[in-house]
Amino acid sequence: MGCLVVEQLKGCDKVRNLFVRETGNYKTSYSNDMKMFGTTGAKIKALLIVIVVLSLPLYVTNYWIGLLTLCAISAVGAIGLNILTGLTGQISIGVGAFLGVGGYTSAILTSTYGLSFWISLPIAGIVTALIGGLFGIPALRLKGLYLAIATLAAQVIILFVISRWDSLTGGTAGMVLSRPTIGEYTLSSNTGYYYLCTIILLLTVMYATNLIRTRTGRAFLAVRDRDIAAQIMGINLFKYKVMAFAISSFFVGIAGALLAHYTMIVSPELYSFHVSIEYLAMILIGGLGSVFGSILGAAFITLLPVSLGSLIDVMAGFMPELYQLFSAFKDFVFGAVIILFLIFEPGGLAHIWLNIKKYFKLWPFSY
Amino acid sequence: MIFFLQMLVTGIVVGSIYGLVALGFVLIYRASGALNLANGEFVIIGPYICLILMTAYKIPFIFALFITLIFSAVLGLTVERLVIRPLQNAPVVSVIMATIGLSSLLGGAVHMIWGHQTRTFPQVFPPTPINFSGIIITPVYLWSFVVVIVILILFSIFFKFSKMGIAMRAVADDRHAALSMGISVKYVYAATWTIASVVAAVGGVLLGNINGLSPTMAAIGLTVLPVVILGGLDSVLGAIVGGFIIGILQNLAGGYLDPLIGGGLKDVVPFIVVLLILMLKPYGLFGSRTIERV
Repeated sequence: MGCLVVEQLKGCDKVRNLFVRETGNYKTSYSNDMKMFGTTGAKIKALLIVIVVLSLPLYVTNYWIGLLTLCAISAVGAIGLNILTGLTGQISIGVGAFLGVGGYTSAILTSTYGLSFWISLPIAGIVTALIGGLFGIPALRLKGLYLAIATLAAQVIILFVISRWDSLTGGTAGMVLSRPTIGEYTLSSNTGYYYLCTIILLLTVMYATNLIRTRTGRAFLAVRDRDIAAQIMGINLFKYKVMAFAISSFFVGIAGALLAHYTMIVSPELYSFHVSIEYLAMILIGGLGSVFGSILGAAFITLLPVSLGSLIDVMAGFMPELYQLFSAFKDFVFGAVIILFLIFEPGGLAHIWLNIKKYFKLWPFSY
Repeated sequence: MIFFLQMLVTGIVVGSIYGLVALGFVLIYRASGALNLANGEFVIIGPYICLILMTAYKIPFIFALFITLIFSAVLGLTVERLVIRPLQNAPVVSVIMATIGLSSLLGGAVHMIWGHQTRTFPQVFPPTPINFSGIIITPVYLWSFVVVIVILILFSIFFKFSKMGIAMRAVADDRHAALSMGISVKYVYAATWTIASVVAAVGGVLLGNINGLSPTMAAIGLTVLPVVILGGLDSVLGAIVGGFIIGILQNLAGGYLDPLIGGGLKDVVPFIVVLLILMLKPYGLFGSRTIERV
């Protein structure tokens, strides 16, 4: 407890016992405060998480690897949306269509033009970013509700174009894609694709956490908190709003392309309004503005139907007609979960996680 | 020419129902500044109740309608009490998200209870179409038009002269000022949701009589959004006028442009209009402009 002098603090940091957490927040410089991994413990923790995530295929069944892949893909999209909605405060209910733009771009480039997946993936992101930026232009004059409706219009119009432009997109029938290849090796197994998606998720997480620490990230936060005040302080509102749309859409487009190559099919009904709502629910349940929360939320929403499915398997013993009601039941629970989270835990899963951590920080002597 | 007029008349009639549903949005927006994205579900629950009362319990239409309206009022009250009131001090985005959740929840419930097949209403209005020198109108359409006009007049009077209406306007203008003047904001919110729910049910029953009833009908909740944006989010008159404009545009586009590009334009035109409106005149035709201060 005697580490009040800066030199002493630095000395303490080096010989710290890994199993003892610091009790206070002894940050002495700005750069220290902004450090991604402030302590050795944090570095080791991050490394451990990466090792666990990458070694999961060794001891988890193939079915679960498939589910985790879906979680990782949704997490990439959710982080993208969180950059827009959580950080910049621009609500978007057109994510579904932007996923579609990403998926279709990759589908057209790989299936029609025979490009490699590794080239089409970034192009899918860039094309989605361009279109996202385009629909972000109204955001300069609009906010809140009006913007939500503008993005809803984007959703409807993009889907209409996709399902009508038969020569390019195959219309309502959709298109078939193939799994990516590395040299001779095709990522056809769940495990191979899982590694691809988790690596992209890791890159996304790194980008997003770093983004928050830069000038751009702080500008986003300022725009979210009070955009007029931000403008007065010299933040170019137009630039940063469109930029938020573009960055967010880039990741959504990447997620769309990944999803398309995973399911190996794209068709307009896969990108309906409902998908947009699911993504919004992910960041809301996960925690607005939190990268970690986006991952939690994505996992929650992706696994919700699975757990409901097993719940119904149990309940079907009493009520066999439940199987036909599954999709409706899913919607019902989905809605209820959103409302309950909004009312009882607006901070989302990330906040619950923080609370748990706080409780155990001083456990068992929490006074 | 006859084709054009027919499209125009159909547009006006469809537009009048849009106006009615849009009215529900406007009422809630005026009171709480939030958008009720579960409006579509409010629209379909009413007619389902009405239909069940009429077919299963053989209650005559007018009584069934009455019970439906009471049910809708209770539904609106319940929703306000359980979902909206706890979020009273939350940011607007949370309230919007809650109504999205609500729409999923209610939609799921409707699906579970009544299934997904389309049901037809028993004959309420006479089926023989009326022929105005070549333009054909079915009585249901005529009735919807009349009902919408009556409701519009009623609401204009209500907001202008009744104590409750004035209280609602005060709350819409400034919640805290209204509170300090002794207006019970809680009461006003509850009343708003009740009225909005009842209006939605009326629109739903009319719509059910025209198209039959299925859970997909809830999509009207989204189709109507362009109407409110066009008219201005906080204007009752705007909702009705916007309804007519969107209805007419939709039918004209459907009639003239659909054959050229292969259909489906009807659902998209309102959203193209909305994007233009948002870029050119973000507060709509009759909406009040807000001045923002830091």
